[in-house]
Amino acid sequence: MTPASKSILDIANLSVSVRGEDGEREVVSNLSLALSRGETLCIAGESGSGKSMTALAIMQLLPQPAARISAGTIRLGETELTALDERQMRRIRGDRIAMIFQEPMTSLNPVLSIGRQLTESIEAHTSLSQAQARQRAIEALKAVRISEAESRLMQFPHELSGGMRQRVMIAMALALEPDVLIADEPTTALDVTVQGEVLELLRDLQRQHGTSVILITHDMGVVAEMADRVIIMRHGRMVEEGKTADIFARPQADYTRELLAAVPRIGSGVGRQKSRDVETATTPANVAEVKDLHVRFDLHGGFFGRVNRRVHAVEGVSFSIAPNETLALVGESGCGKSTTAKALAGLVPYSGDIVIGGRNLSGLGRDERKAVRRDVQMIFQDPFASLDPRMRVGDLVAEPLVIHGIASKEERSERVAALFERVGLSADQMELYPHEFSGGQRQRVCIARALALRPKLIIADESVSALDVSVQARVLDLLKELQREFGVAYLFISHDMAVVENISDRVAVMYLGQIVEMGTRDQVFSNPRHPYTRRLIEAVPVPDPGKRRSRFARLDQEIPSATRRIGEAPLKLALRDVGNGHLVAAGN
Amino acid sequence: MIAYLGRRLIQSLLILLGVSLITFALLYLLPADPVRQIAGRSATPQTVENIRQQLGLDQPFVIQYWRYLVKLISGDLGRSYIQRSEVTELIVSRLPASLLLMVGAILCELLLGLSMGLIAAVKRGTATDQTLMVASFVGVSAPQFVVGLLLLYVFAVRLSWFPIGGYGTWRHLVLPSLTMGILGAGWYARMMRSSMIDVLRQDYVRTARAKGLARRAIIFRHALPNAILPVIAMIGIDIGIFMGGIVVVESVFGWPGIGQLAWQAIQRVDIPIIMGVTLVSAFAIVLGNLLADIIAPFIDPRIKLR
Repeated sequence: MTPASKSILDIANLSVSVRGEDGEREVVSNLSLALSRGETLCIAGESGSGKSMTALAIMQLLPQPAARISAGTIRLGETELTALDERQMRRIRGDRIAMIFQEPMTSLNPVLSIGRQLTESIEAHTSLSQAQARQRAIEALKAVRISEAESRLMQFPHELSGGMRQRVMIAMALALEPDVLIADEPTTALDVTVQGEVLELLRDLQRQHGTSVILITHDMGVVAEMADRVIIMRHGRMVEEGKTADIFARPQADYTRELLAAVPRIGSGVGRQKSRDVETATTPANVAEVKDLHVRFDLHGGFFGRVNRRVHAVEGVSFSIAPNETLALVGESGCGKSTTAKALAGLVPYSGDIVIGGRNLSGLGRDERKAVRRDVQMIFQDPFASLDPRMRVGDLVAEPLVIHGIASKEERSERVAALFERVGLSADQMELYPHEFSGGQRQRVCIARALALRPKLIIADESVSALDVSVQARVLDLLKELQREFGVAYLFISHDMAVVENISDRVAVMYLGQIVEMGTRDQVFSNPRHPYTRRLIEAVPVPDPGKRRSRFARLDQEIPSATRRIGEAPLKLALRDVGNGHLVAAGN
Repeated sequence: MIAYLGRRLIQSLLILLGVSLITFALLYLLPADPVRQIAGRSATPQTVENIRQQLGLDQPFVIQYWRYLVKLISGDLGRSYIQRSEVTELIVSRLPASLLLMVGAILCELLLGLSMGLIAAVKRGTATDQTLMVASFVGVSAPQFVVGLLLLYVFAVRLSWFPIGGYGTWRHLVLPSLTMGILGAGWYARMMRSSMIDVLRQDYVRTARAKGLARRAIIFRHALPNAILPVIAMIGIDIGIFMGGIVVVESVFGWPGIGQLAWQAIQRVDIPIIMGVTLVSAFAIVLGNLLADIIAPFIDPRIKLR
């Protein structure tokens, strides 16, 4: 343990309890930790591990009245925080301990300007005048590398991108140079290239100011990248604590080993080699073929509400998927990958050709189209939102069969029972409601529902992104097994390059509505040719503290908008074959 | 902004046109005969027929409506059948009283309702919260004529703080405004409470707390503007409910507004006045909604008028 004299924050035997319907439950049990000056301590763990509750307990911001600190002490320097009343604690918050949160989109007040939100905390804790506070706010924005800081003060949160907002949050937290910064999943909601930047920024600022940082994360890559020391938590208890290098090299606890083993790593997907060559991709037996797909959304404006601008969400995308193949569509938010999936599933109007099982959808009538669409099913990102809470899961899985009028009632229930068994649930669970399942189990229900019609193609739209890594690994394994068994093809949409590398046969990288690179997994990962692909791969934090990067390639600018005026068409990128079907967009 | 206003204006005119058509049609289909009301019980069939022709009520519906519309466009609401004067004049002479009552009532309901809702939300789950919510429930469910009579009895008859009825000073305004306002206050208190509770749960409120801001700054600067948005949209709709309420309240308090005028006209099937009052009310509702929509972007910068 670090000697108490050096540490700035000391937590001893902390327990946090939450009162629920069935009495009080401990969500943090007997946690002790010490944070040294200038140190970065990562608290890592999966959902429900109590890591966020620990952070809120330090800030005395536990959700009232349900949660409370039931035992233990939290000392900041000489001050015992648990003994302070609300008024005294208010002086500590923001001034000596600052916090940044996971969701930059919702953590800033939408109706107050950036400037107001920055200056109010400065004014609350210092005796600076308005003008001085404003000056301090500008400096804080410059420190987080926000350009045109002065004019930004006038802007509102919705006018900034996610990465910018998180930088504003960091500026807000660090403007008063706190002793301790608590960052609760600060980059989880951000795109991977932006994540790299924000992490680097945090690291630089910490070095400059000597701030002690508690970084809470579920991402072992971020841990390896950032932490001096790590605490692994599970079910509210500390499982293991140690120097980052030691934890990664010689994990002692079984749970830590499992956790590290479950982390998807780029370069570990090699085991899955189905040696599929390029010819299969062009044979007529393709499950789905997409040719020159365009999806545009009209924006209305002007006196009569005429269309004056368009979002060019998908611009001339072409690809094909063979049976038993997984094509991954990767890219950052707004690149059009989900829209492409929706077009394929018939959820948005499009132009271009979508051929499923040899039949072009555009030439078909309503009923025929419905029949063809049976072959394409979807699994969505959020297993909590994509199941109707008022229906039994058995009925949810049977619903596609009902819609398409397949099988009698008894047969349906037999089929559903079989599906439940197949995805790793038991048939007795058919009578339960979605809220009685965990996230991973719910995603299994969604998979069962997608499988019910025995589709030829399943579109998995960020289907494992919301899951904990250990659950994620098991769901990915299930998807692979099902593919082997049923020969179903996947269109796997993800922002997570490590997951993509794990599951895909071929990869298409999308940027601003177009594919900039496409090829087999090995072609794209071992030999990325397009600069954007390279940046995506490089930006993924590597779960190995030995491979910590000193510098991220910094984005010179934000990704431009896909919204254009009428008549302004985006430049169409031509794809060039650089060998064996590895397609790369020419130029930049 | 100008384009937006222009478009809204055109929309508003279309709404008014629709309202006029529907009201006219309903009055046409009504079994009560206005001519009988004008002519009186003892009139001969010949007199009745003469009056009918004179008023053009013997014409088919389409022609009657068309004639009304042509006059309406030139700003003429016609003449009252019974009072023998211009409807426009009648309405104009009574509108200020009703508008005054409306302003008073809206102030009452906003002051009462918003503060009750705010306090209840902040003190959620306490006895204060429960008391306020019971009070708001009573406010919502009590019929206005009962509330009006009760207020009259307590504050005018027993305590003599305010006059029993009539029009003239601010004292006259208090009880009718309160009567009208209590109903709305109940609604607003409930809306404000749930809106505020929702906002207090938001991430940005947690951020504000993490910054060490005072409770007052969190509630009034961070939460209130966000919580009030859905309430503002309600005010526009509320004017419609208000127009229904003034008929009752103006009768109870002897308030010389258009509600009273409408009440008298309905009893005597005085079609031009009913039409006129309906159109003025519809206009007020359209205007109220427009105002609410124009105010919203000043509170929430994300809202753009298009």
